[in-house]
Amino acid sequence: MEKVGIVGVGQTKYERKKEDTFAELVFEACTGALADAGVGIEDIDNVVTVSNDFWDGRTISSMAVMDAAGSWDKDISTVEGDGVFGAMYGMMRALSGSFDTTLVVAHVKGSEGNMNLITNAMFDPIFQRQLGIDATSSAALQARSYMEKTGATEEDFARVSVKNHGNGVNNPFAQIQKKISVDDVMKSRKISEPLKLFDCSPITDGAAAIVISNEKGMKRFKKDPVWILGAAHISDSYTLGYRDLTSSPALEAAVKKAYGMAGITDPLKELDVVELADVYSYMELLWYEGLGLAPKGKGADLIRSGATAMDGDLPVNPSGGLLCAHPVLVAGLARIIEATLQIRGEAGDRQVKGANKALAHGINGPCGQAHGVFVLGS
Amino acid sequence: MDVENIIYHGRIKVPYKWYVGETGSRFFIGLRDDKEIWGNRCPKCDRVYVPPVKTCWECFVPTEEWVQLKDTGTVESFTVTHYSEGVAPKDVPIIYGLIKIDGADGSFLHFIGDVEPGEVSAGMRVKAVFAEERTGSILDIKHFAPSNE
Repeated sequence: MEKVGIVGVGQTKYERKKEDTFAELVFEACTGALADAGVGIEDIDNVVTVSNDFWDGRTISSMAVMDAAGSWDKDISTVEGDGVFGAMYGMMRALSGSFDTTLVVAHVKGSEGNMNLITNAMFDPIFQRQLGIDATSSAALQARSYMEKTGATEEDFARVSVKNHGNGVNNPFAQIQKKISVDDVMKSRKISEPLKLFDCSPITDGAAAIVISNEKGMKRFKKDPVWILGAAHISDSYTLGYRDLTSSPALEAAVKKAYGMAGITDPLKELDVVELADVYSYMELLWYEGLGLAPKGKGADLIRSGATAMDGDLPVNPSGGLLCAHPVLVAGLARIIEATLQIRGEAGDRQVKGANKALAHGINGPCGQAHGVFVLGS
Repeated sequence: MDVENIIYHGRIKVPYKWYVGETGSRFFIGLRDDKEIWGNRCPKCDRVYVPPVKTCWECFVPTEEWVQLKDTGTVESFTVTHYSEGVAPKDVPIIYGLIKIDGADGSFLHFIGDVEPGEVSAGMRVKAVFAEERTGSILDIKHFAPSNE
């Protein structure tokens, strides 16, 4: 594909109950990304904001942050969905040639609304919403389906949570910085069985921003870019009962495209680090399979093998992932930022040595209905 | 900044009326008037949808043939949920099931009831229990209960 890269990244610390307003969070992330890129707002040709009206509790939530995103007098557009889709749109705008540089910013204050009610509202109001189903209870149905089909156990799910919590200790941006054991997970409060408290990502506030540039725009930046080697997004069916919840054909299709662009044939060997959407612990196992890191039905074998631990062949979620901080919508951009920092060698205590090729992943909708992936490299 | 940070409490309450549409209405009328579960079949892939759909998602063609399904099925997946926001007309723990209704190709999301949470399992046979007062909504089915059928 035509060359396009990431030249600046910025994120707030992820916390619950941040006192900053949406606009303050967005301003912090945007100015951080611009400072990182070594440019001013005048070097940005267009802005993409990522927000959701239900989470913000107002319509046209994007307009509440346009000043804070420095978009006055610029072309601004909005994505309502995970940040990875915002990055995708921002990349397309730079690739279109209409703009050379794009600032993409996502924000959320999960602590200000009610996660269960907000995610209940993503279900069909006539056939499903009245049942009270939400992100967590639908995920629990998926987790059980996955266990029934593959023989994966609750302890396997717990292993994911233990690994990612262990990694999160090294990430100063993570909300939860606490090591836990399999026993801790197994004994934690039952939320929606088989999911327990430590199988579930926390309620989080925060913002993240990236600056994307096409090759023509690169002369504005001093730093070497991290190149987007491949990117794709695909959606699955909307209705739970008519999707195979135990596999992720949308993710398989997305990575087939993205790996094709990036020239990757054996992702487990060729990728150096993966940052994926572990909204619930079991999801990481399912996404291993969708990403082609494990054969179908064998996601649990990969976590048991230790291959995805920090000292394994392919560390997954060195940041601690979403289990240590889940700013909804922001999460996908945060994965891209983490992947970018890894390739630059700027990931501090969570650095994977010699990381040169990274994958960032984000999801939208119940049970990973839509998937977006970026393959990044130096 | 050393200043008291004021918190403003709000709530969005907007009434809606959603037309169910011809396809969904026919499904709800079946539940309400006759305690019958109706689905529809895609003319191209033969898949039977319940709740019925106007068009087959995969084939992108209208689904026109109506099929009466049984009121029995098999639990494909379930979860015992230990919290409630008051949306579901149930006390916690709430048991949700994905139920493959006999004759349908996908699963139907609903409650499982008349059973202890610890006794539910995947593969369990269940039968629809209809609400006594039915108004033409998804809650015209009260829940699915264990069955020998």
